[in-house]
Amino acid sequence: MNEQTKNFWAGVRAELPLLIGVFPFGMIYGALALNAGLSKPASQLMSSIVFGGSSQFVTTQMVHESAPGFVIVLTIAVVNLRHMLYSASLAPYLASLSTRWKMLLAYLLTDEAYAPSIVRYEQEGVTPYGHWFLFGAGLALWTNWQISTALGIFLGTAIPESWSLDFALPLTFIAMVVPVLKNRPAIAAALSAGVVALVAYTLPFRLGLILAAIVGIVVGTLLERTGDSHL
Amino acid sequence: MNIWLVMLLGGLITFGMRFSLIYLFGRLHIPETMRKALHYVPPAVLSAIIFPELFLHDQELHIALDNFRLLAGLVAVLVAWFSKNTLLTIIAGMLALFLLQILG
Repeated sequence: MNEQTKNFWAGVRAELPLLIGVFPFGMIYGALALNAGLSKPASQLMSSIVFGGSSQFVTTQMVHESAPGFVIVLTIAVVNLRHMLYSASLAPYLASLSTRWKMLLAYLLTDEAYAPSIVRYEQEGVTPYGHWFLFGAGLALWTNWQISTALGIFLGTAIPESWSLDFALPLTFIAMVVPVLKNRPAIAAALSAGVVALVAYTLPFRLGLILAAIVGIVVGTLLERTGDSHL
Repeated sequence: MNIWLVMLLGGLITFGMRFSLIYLFGRLHIPETMRKALHYVPPAVLSAIIFPELFLHDQELHIALDNFRLLAGLVAVLVAWFSKNTLLTIIAGMLALFLLQILG
């Protein structure tokens, strides 16, 4: 197996546990979109045109409430604002790629593709074919999202809630964040961001998440500066 | 506004944000502090996603022994800390949640 293929499949493998958690969400989205009055083609294609879970749920809700179009567009923008953070965070590892590759990977960049990829890149640094990892993770998630949307549209939400499959998602994020907590600034960044996320949870448009992330980043950076970086 | 136009604009803006800094990196001078700060994006963002999933129930803070997701999450944190193994962490967390739901 060459390096491209190896990295690609490593990305797919790293994405697998996240797919378990995302699948029920895709079905719920498909069923809700149809319920909200979107046509079948529109419900399905939103999953590839916008390709962002939270923003698709919010759009569905707002279409249902007959909100004005420009308000919906603006809301999608704010809900997806956090992707700029991911974009900045991954940028150093993708710097040498062609614009075409950058566009493809940017299109596939979601919470769930970002998480395993950044953890991998921080461990391995810049490698010649490292971008195939993000491509594998992103494409696996994309495929899963299209299929689960379609199933939601045609079958409704067929997975019983009591199975708690959605819990696989935070669990996977836990498995990814714990190894990153290698020093005090990182731990402080995680704890402060977590607490702010709880306090600011009721802010609209997932702004609480962005606020929490920014507080965490600032806390980590400040602590690192004061040299307090050892456990 | 037509729903297709809404989706198209929403999709374009989303893509633009995902592409923005990947594209601008190398074309802009990025100060050292900013580069360092970027290393804290993963712990900060991931925790900001995880905490509400564990601590909140119906948008209310719920710290108690009958918050099974919190307990199962703590089990997962411990397993992750000692094993550094993704699959093991997920299995332990799911198993803990199932058991708590059955027993509780």
